[in-house]
Amino acid sequence: MSSKESILGAIQGLKLEEKPLPDIPDFEIADDLVEAFTTALNANKGTVASKEEIEHLISETAFSKIYSSSPAFESYSNCQVPQHAAEFADLDLAIIEGQFASAENAAIWLDDSNLDLRAIPFITAHLVIVVKKENILGNMHQAYDRIGLTKSGFGIFIAGPSKTADIEQSLVVGAHGAISLRVVLI
Amino acid sequence: MSHPENATVFLKDKARAKWHDETLWIVREKRDATIHQIPEWEKLRELASQIKDHTLSKLDFYLEELERNATANGIKVHWAENAEEHNQIIGRILREKNCKTIVKSKSILTEECHLNPYLAERGVEVVDTDLGERIIQFLKQPPSHIVMPAIHLKKSDISDIFHEKLNTEKGNVDPVYLTHAARLHLREKFLQAKVAITGVNFAVAETGEFVVCTNEGNADMGVHLADTHIACMGIEKLIPRRKDLGVFLRLLARSATGQSITNYNSHFRSPSPGKELHLILVNNGRTKQLGREKFRNSLKCIRCGACMNTCPIYRRSGGFSYGSTVPGPIGSILSPGIDLKKYSTLPFASTLCGSCSDVCPVKINIHEQLYEWRQEITKANGSSLKGLSMKMANGIFKSPLAYRISGQLMRASLKNLPDSIIYNPLNAWGKGRNLPDLPEESFKAWYKKNRP
Ligand code: SF4
Repeated sequence: MSSKESILGAIQGLKLEEKPLPDIPDFEIADDLVEAFTTALNANKGTVASKEEIEHLISETAFSKIYSSSPAFESYSNCQVPQHAAEFADLDLAIIEGQFASAENAAIWLDDSNLDLRAIPFITAHLVIVVKKENILGNMHQAYDRIGLTKSGFGIFIAGPSKTADIEQSLVVGAHGAISLRVVLI
Repeated sequence: MSHPENATVFLKDKARAKWHDETLWIVREKRDATIHQIPEWEKLRELASQIKDHTLSKLDFYLEELERNATANGIKVHWAENAEEHNQIIGRILREKNCKTIVKSKSILTEECHLNPYLAERGVEVVDTDLGERIIQFLKQPPSHIVMPAIHLKKSDISDIFHEKLNTEKGNVDPVYLTHAARLHLREKFLQAKVAITGVNFAVAETGEFVVCTNEGNADMGVHLADTHIACMGIEKLIPRRKDLGVFLRLLARSATGQSITNYNSHFRSPSPGKELHLILVNNGRTKQLGREKFRNSLKCIRCGACMNTCPIYRRSGGFSYGSTVPGPIGSILSPGIDLKKYSTLPFASTLCGSCSDVCPVKINIHEQLYEWRQEITKANGSSLKGLSMKMANGIFKSPLAYRISGQLMRASLKNLPDSIIYNPLNAWGKGRNLPDLPEESFKAWYKKNRP
């Protein structure tokens, strides 16, 4: 007997009575979604920035490798998507687009259609995500309603930069992935 | 394995034990602060509990649905009856790939299956990439907490081991400095690894996808750089619908650390072109637990760790005192199901104050199950000694176990802990009453020595 058969057989043998699957109701959301999103993002150690602030950051900082798939920042992109993700190990700044966000926790949804390489938001030193203000939703339930059953090989909610508190519970930003996350709301 | 004896060892270092207790309590307070911002919190817990109850009641159906959809997505699905088979499956994939080094993000299941030693014996280097896990891996220790694996260590310990392994400055205990040293070290490993292993927080039957949550981004760094991703999950990690994730992602991080969500919540549905994605479904005793009516709903656990942070015994005895992969209150109801004899003291490592059940995001009646296990253990002793050693029968079961163990631990703790800890809110030991002065030697110990 295969392990699949023995596992399924063991469960079937219990003849458990089916319990009901609940519906998920609507819950109240914040009145000011931009404000709620900003507060949540700050708590996650990310920041909201304007387009001008990002442009200023780029002009001030000696980033040597910048990649942008966001049309709003296209002119700053100075490299091509490589064949292998490892070749992006020296990427200084990535600017990508998020589809929508949930205000309660600043989680921004992206999937393969936003990511020319799945590794980009992690391997880059600094990350900027561009989200349309009108695409800020209230909470995670609304976010999953929006995703529906869309098919994408990979999808992710990003809510902040890479962080850890594994050393005596002291919060340190920049564990493995992006050291900073800036979100541009347009 | 005896919890009270191990706890006594932990309590020897008073300052550290106090720090441990207070730190976990702070995490518990953060959890409280964040859930108070969610008016529907109790409703969410109820929904999560019902969704899990429903899933467990037709687990066979959902497992088959998951397999069907995942396979259609291009995921290779494997079934493992036990830990050994789980390890063998991974061993086989690594052999096929001729792979000698892997990166692994946090997975309690691979701990449970003792994957690291299995692979080490076969010449494969496993690099744990969660910072806390890397630290304890350097120290050759198991995790002492399921969310904060290195919570038993102080920064000076970490500084010492990093000095030895990563050549950091001796005596530099700055967490930022130490974390960045680990970042550089692990980046190298990420860039070289051909195979990455991750755990699974949730798998969705409807879409055949699974979700992995981290704050560090280490799971994603691993899998997106490697050619092959192997994800390992217990069969209870399943949920029916994608929209159920909304409920669970709202609960998980808030319960675990008080954050509104983990910073990376990755949904894996198909491999990138040219890459491979494997999903291993592991039983390892879960169907047995499913068959135990009184203990069935322990399988609803989403491994948030909240019951540990709140538990007066866990906070004061440390994760290692449990001697099991999952420590704390939930570990004390899961472990006896795996090996009743070995873990017979764990259901007694509780004051039955019920704080664990109060914080549990999926509403597991943890403290009631602890009580039930006590009955089972006492029954096992009364009716039949089969399977229990004579030593235990004579040594432990002859006396009222609960009294003996909690007494020993309580004496050890009370002696060491200042009033501020004993009297903090929700501490069942100190709440609203003064604790009696405890005699150096309990009556029981006195009697043992002096009985006729
Ligand atoms: S039993 Fe509940 S509180 Fe404890 S880890 Fe599991 S889900 Fe969290």
